[in-house]
Amino acid sequence: MKIRNKEAPTKTELSMTSMIDVVFLLLIFFILTFKIVELEGDFGIKMPLAGASSSSMDDFDVPITLRMTADADGNLISMKLNETNLGTDFEQLRSMVTSLVGNQAGPDASEEDGPEVEIDTDFNLRYEYVIEAITHVSGRKEGDQIIKLIEKIKFAAPRR
Amino acid sequence: MRVKNKSTELAEADLTPMIDMTFQLIAFFMVLINFAQTESHDLVKLPSSQLIKPPDQPFEFPIMLHITQDARVFLGGKDYTAETLSSGLRAELAVARAQDMGPKDANVIIRAHRNTAAGEVQEVIRACQALEFVNFGLRAKEDLGRKGEG
Repeated sequence: MKIRNKEAPTKTELSMTSMIDVVFLLLIFFILTFKIVELEGDFGIKMPLAGASSSSMDDFDVPITLRMTADADGNLISMKLNETNLGTDFEQLRSMVTSLVGNQAGPDASEEDGPEVEIDTDFNLRYEYVIEAITHVSGRKEGDQIIKLIEKIKFAAPRR
Repeated sequence: MRVKNKSTELAEADLTPMIDMTFQLIAFFMVLINFAQTESHDLVKLPSSQLIKPPDQPFEFPIMLHITQDARVFLGGKDYTAETLSSGLRAELAVARAQDMGPKDANVIIRAHRNTAAGEVQEVIRACQALEFVNFGLRAKEDLGRKGEG
């Protein structure tokens, strides 16, 4: 009689090491390139060269001007809305604009008819303050809704 | 004499849950990664604003200007200043005219660094106005309530 002396069949094993290596490389790549998405948007400004649109300004007796002054480092020192000193309080700016505009800009006021604000800044004022001012002048957020105040914004000539 | 008959078994860790987790993580990062931010520029950190909303529809002819803190203006990968920008803008206008569009149809998107001097941004706007561009967009990022970074 033949004696069976065969060894038990060896279990073939998959080598995991290389796969895990690659997977970790992929993981590290994606972690390093990962960036939380920040939404970006624009403040639309329609601004032809000064002089070309002077005729459309006739409808508004008092243009709103916002004067922003900066210190040597570009920080905001003070704001003046139509000669009213506001300090650096943007909330006050918004409430003043609301009181100036709130009653005349109804929901059916078209973009062409709305009031206009002219922003006159010191040359070295940091741009983030300008955006902050535009934010507070152009509207406010209530919950998810945006209530628009002034949509027409223009800049005065830069001061060198 | 005692005969040792113990077969030493290789203790194997069960890798399945780890690999599961790793694949899950990879899938997560792959989905969330966004390569579409080709518009952005390394040297530009946008100011933030609470009122920002992404545009409803893409612009017909956007011209993206990146203004860095030291007032360099990047247009299509080239480095300009407010004074030399008009040559770059003219090239863009030539492209627009080839598509039957003029400066009034173009949207100049200004992505300025938050610490840039406001006057520099105004100079750039002036340079654009001189070439009859009318529509500008001052780009800002959504305010997520984080202050004082950068």
